[in-house]
Amino acid sequence: MQQSRIVITGIGLTAPNGNTLEEYRQNLLDGIARIQKIDMRYMGQVPAGVCDFDPKKYQNRKELRVGTRAGSIAIYCAHEAMADSGIDFENFDKNRIGVYIGTTEHGNVETENEVYNISKFDYDTRYWTHHHNPRTVANNPAGEITINMGITGPHYTIGAACAAGNAGLIQALQMLRLGEVDMALAGGVSESIQSFGIFAGFKSQGALGSHESDTNKTSRPFDKTRNGIVVSEGGCVYVLERLEDAQARGANIVAEIVGYCINSDASDYVLPNPERQAECMRQALKVAGMQPEEVDIVNTHATSTPMGDIQECKAVKEVFGESNKTYVNNTKSFIGHSMGAAGALELAGNLPSFKDNVIHPTINVEDLDPECALPNLVINTPQKVDAVKVILNNSFGMLGINSALIVKKFED
Amino acid sequence: MTEDQVKQIVIDIINEIAPDEDTSNLKAEVSLRDQMDLDSMDFLDIVMELRKQHGIEVPEEDYPQLASLQSCADYLTPKFNAK
Repeated sequence: MQQSRIVITGIGLTAPNGNTLEEYRQNLLDGIARIQKIDMRYMGQVPAGVCDFDPKKYQNRKELRVGTRAGSIAIYCAHEAMADSGIDFENFDKNRIGVYIGTTEHGNVETENEVYNISKFDYDTRYWTHHHNPRTVANNPAGEITINMGITGPHYTIGAACAAGNAGLIQALQMLRLGEVDMALAGGVSESIQSFGIFAGFKSQGALGSHESDTNKTSRPFDKTRNGIVVSEGGCVYVLERLEDAQARGANIVAEIVGYCINSDASDYVLPNPERQAECMRQALKVAGMQPEEVDIVNTHATSTPMGDIQECKAVKEVFGESNKTYVNNTKSFIGHSMGAAGALELAGNLPSFKDNVIHPTINVEDLDPECALPNLVINTPQKVDAVKVILNNSFGMLGINSALIVKKFED
Repeated sequence: MTEDQVKQIVIDIINEIAPDEDTSNLKAEVSLRDQMDLDSMDFLDIVMELRKQHGIEVPEEDYPQLASLQSCADYLTPKFNAK
């Protein structure tokens, strides 16, 4: 069966260091991380990535009061993506648009807030808000997009731990190929910095990052002194279309999704499995009909944990060790771990490489861990190359969910 | 507490839960829903804020009493004064 080619025609995002692709990309090239200390209930100050987009740009104050932060992030990104796509949204059949948003988790923030709220009333549940259930249903961020934009096609979230951003894109690609929808808004979001439970959980696990003097150096994948994750909020939503539809309307085609894979470690709740990760990347290459040598950038998932980074490096080395043309980088060193948004957001930071042929570095590497010393790891300064045509984006998550997405510079 | 003070309490709550609405010229006898974009969830918020901020309990069968500012005042003023 001849499958439709699926292309990216619009991008909307918010990251701790940028509310547009241009701003975000410039900061990735200029080495500008933006991590700050925030007050966390019960815990005191913790490092986190915080976004400063204007939520009132697309929502009124009542919507903001009733909805969730994940919903706001999703709505902002969806509108920005739609505007970027140049689609005549007003006249587009809203019943033929699908919304597929990846989330690592949803509902922790709202539940914690309500438990805290009723603690002020001696745990009397009469003070528990009736907004709790619509705020915490798992489809919330995707559903908020549809309400805000009047989209009547299918919507749901894809719960895939920290592989969710890629999973959202893969779901959209499949639905477009099945002909279920004619356009998709897809990607991932995270509101996790408002949940003390996420931070406390990582801390108890020994996986919450810290840095004694410079908050912006807390997230430092591949550095010998790395000691854990920086939790961030953020979002990235893409407009995806079938190639023939995009061409028919004369769209600006940013890239084509040519390969993907999601698989499972089937081994541990937390510890990654490099064998399965390698299989995931290989399968994505197979789907794309490509050899490792054809990939210009591998954007790693590495989260700055002592063990996770080593495991991924083993997997990348196994697949790309013989390819002297493939460069490796990491985006979390700038923005921390934006959880459900990570895959989509980190991919976006690399897409401009198709135009400028520059590979953004991973920063904060002062003492490279020999176990992470991959050939062609782009460290601390950007790498100019002759041409970037193919990017492989890794995103992995707890319970052993792995995803690899391959995007290609668009060529007719 | 006077009826006007109770009306102001209700207006203050509406300003919190529906911050985009203009409450400066509400007609006391006209239904709140006819004058503003309020839905049933907003009325549940009004009930919750009366409970949280003022310890006033409005049982479900009495929700219709909150229809207009005047009916709110008629219904709530004795409750405030009985506290």
